[in-house]
Amino acid sequence: MSAGAATAKKQKISVPFDYSKYLRAGKLPHIWCPGCGHGIVLKSLLRAIDKSGLEKDQICMVSGIGCSSRTPGYVDFNTLHTLHGRAVSYATGVKLAKPELKVIVVTGDGDALAIGGNHFIHTCRRNIDMTILVYSNAIYGMTGGQFSPTTPQGSMSTTSRYGNIEPSFDCCELAKASGASFVARGTAYHTQELERILLRSIQHKGTSVVEIIDSCPVYYGRQNKFKSASQMMEMIEKDGTVSVKQADRLPPEKVEGKLLRGILHEAERPEYCEEYQRLIDKVHGK
Amino acid sequence: MAGEKKKRLMQGNEACAEGALYAGCRFYAGYPITPSTEVAEVLSARLPTVGGKFIQMEDEIASISATIGGSLAGLKSMTATSGPGFSLKQEGIGFACMAEVPCVIVNVMRGGPSTGYPTGPSQSDVMQAKWGTHGDHPVIAVTPAYVQEIFSETVRAFNLAEKYRTPVMVLYDEIVGHMREAITIPEAGELEVVDRAKPECPPEEYLPYDQRYEIPPLAPFGEGYRFHVTGLNHKDDGFPTNDPGMIEEGNKRLLRKIENNKEDIWCNEDYYLDDAEVLVFSFGSTARSARFAVRKAREKGIKAGLLRALTLWPFPDKALKDAASRARAVIVPEMNLGQIVEEVQRHVAGPAVEGIHRVDGEPITPAQIIEVIERYA
Amino acid sequence: MTEAAKKLPRIVVHEKLCKGCSICVDFCPTNVLEMKGSIVAVKNLEACTRCQLCDLRCPDFAIQVFD
Repeated sequence: MSAGAATAKKQKISVPFDYSKYLRAGKLPHIWCPGCGHGIVLKSLLRAIDKSGLEKDQICMVSGIGCSSRTPGYVDFNTLHTLHGRAVSYATGVKLAKPELKVIVVTGDGDALAIGGNHFIHTCRRNIDMTILVYSNAIYGMTGGQFSPTTPQGSMSTTSRYGNIEPSFDCCELAKASGASFVARGTAYHTQELERILLRSIQHKGTSVVEIIDSCPVYYGRQNKFKSASQMMEMIEKDGTVSVKQADRLPPEKVEGKLLRGILHEAERPEYCEEYQRLIDKVHGK
Repeated sequence: MAGEKKKRLMQGNEACAEGALYAGCRFYAGYPITPSTEVAEVLSARLPTVGGKFIQMEDEIASISATIGGSLAGLKSMTATSGPGFSLKQEGIGFACMAEVPCVIVNVMRGGPSTGYPTGPSQSDVMQAKWGTHGDHPVIAVTPAYVQEIFSETVRAFNLAEKYRTPVMVLYDEIVGHMREAITIPEAGELEVVDRAKPECPPEEYLPYDQRYEIPPLAPFGEGYRFHVTGLNHKDDGFPTNDPGMIEEGNKRLLRKIENNKEDIWCNEDYYLDDAEVLVFSFGSTARSARFAVRKAREKGIKAGLLRALTLWPFPDKALKDAASRARAVIVPEMNLGQIVEEVQRHVAGPAVEGIHRVDGEPITPAQIIEVIERYA
Repeated sequence: MTEAAKKLPRIVVHEKLCKGCSICVDFCPTNVLEMKGSIVAVKNLEACTRCQLCDLRCPDFAIQVFD
């Protein structure tokens, strides 16, 4: 495969990024299956965090349950691995109690959009300052490959043996409609673009949601006749998406059916913790 | 004027909120539910005045979740609810037990099951308080019976939560939750207030579940001690483990830290116990009727006595066994169809044990209790 | 060409971390890598352009390219 040759030219760097300064010693190899995109996303995230200049003590990473939610166990921040769907609620408690912390939530499509759907939309509505990363691989991986709210219609899974009959959620539209003030989408394939998106989402004040399309070759891939992890990355992440910047210039038929990548929505809205501080000041007659 | 106490007419739920503030509660997350809503209403107004945080979450599960998050960030945290909400909060209570996160959960008990009788009192969540969340886990539950006591027991609940790194439940019922009584607000320093022990070691040596401690100190997030918290079985460093020995030891230590400290956690009221031949074991608002019944029985020359549990979990088996050893009968009035009476039967050999149960949304009256006392006189 | 310009890069494979997913092999624009059994190996170092795509897309922190 010659994919990425064009981008490769731009990114010639002589020293590889040193991830070890953000990883907890002795925790690798991680639990993710061969070819799982979660490790690629984690690396983009660590590079983005490095660029953000945040100190490790300042960061609190919160997750729910699922494959992606194992991320906090590997990183050297204040880390909180909570219950299925509840990550953003635990994160809300942490953030409101200590607003000086930078809260990053790592969650999956099932965690954030199914069992945690209610918490997800209300967190967006409050616009509390946190970065929510939805690792979206269209499957419940930890439990062995059941369809999720982002599984495409027709897809096979261990609980949709004749093809999934349910329509899927558009995570980004849901986040935007719920009030998130920063909404973006990236993929594991576009690893450097993802790094830039993640940096912007971390720097944003308010609720930022980034849907990250990545691949589960073991549970989604095998059941849906993909040959390899890289084939999934090519077909789903590369060919199945188009950047918002390109989308305007392309004929509609080249955009139809594809997910948009890039920053999809950015707005300035009052942030919850700041509003709460204003309330405290008001009570004290300031 | 020195020595003159601040007396106030206060509702039980309001006393709970004021007790929480006295104990240093600075974080509350909740969801409206009858008959506990006033706790949230009062704290929504009061917390900002002391720089604390109040948030109304989207549901009960989110409320306990945010409460635990607030506590991990270092604030004394509380949530309040009633039966249906208590059911929903169970997964978070289990997490707080497992991850050893101090927090206080108030349950103003109403009639159940399900939506049940929202405006009627009940004591039918006492077993749920003990066993509501899955897995073996420690439980501390306090059961105040008076508005003044809701204040002081809420303070004690925070103290126990912080001291033993565990969720503590404040269980009272709709009667005392909505009752108004004159109470005296204690001066600052009058009641003991326990603050969370912080680690003294350098961050690189910190183990959030250090086996060398019975209750390891808990560092707040964001103060240099970067550590991992999970609901999975974990090692002393907080990271998940599949090691059978560590899993067993971790689970046993959770129970042990409460079991070994029962004497400190227990709190009972003795009323005419020394020579009591007919013992009434009671808790919460029902104990008010029981106390009256015992007094009336004494007036009639019956050697009745009351053992009232202010700590219902861990169960006050020692005090009960001691009192029961001199009694010919133990009477257990409770607004449910027989929960604590079975616990009493488990611990008492010899005397007859009889429950008085009521689930029609009305309180158990002194007359009901006197009638049974007289039968054993 | 100077000596420095001809200097070959150094590709380090952390064999204990490589899970053999073959992503780096499949996406290498100049076919530098190959699978040897279930672990990646370097077959043509001369062709390496130091583009780092193998490292960037490796999910397992298992491959690095040093100048």
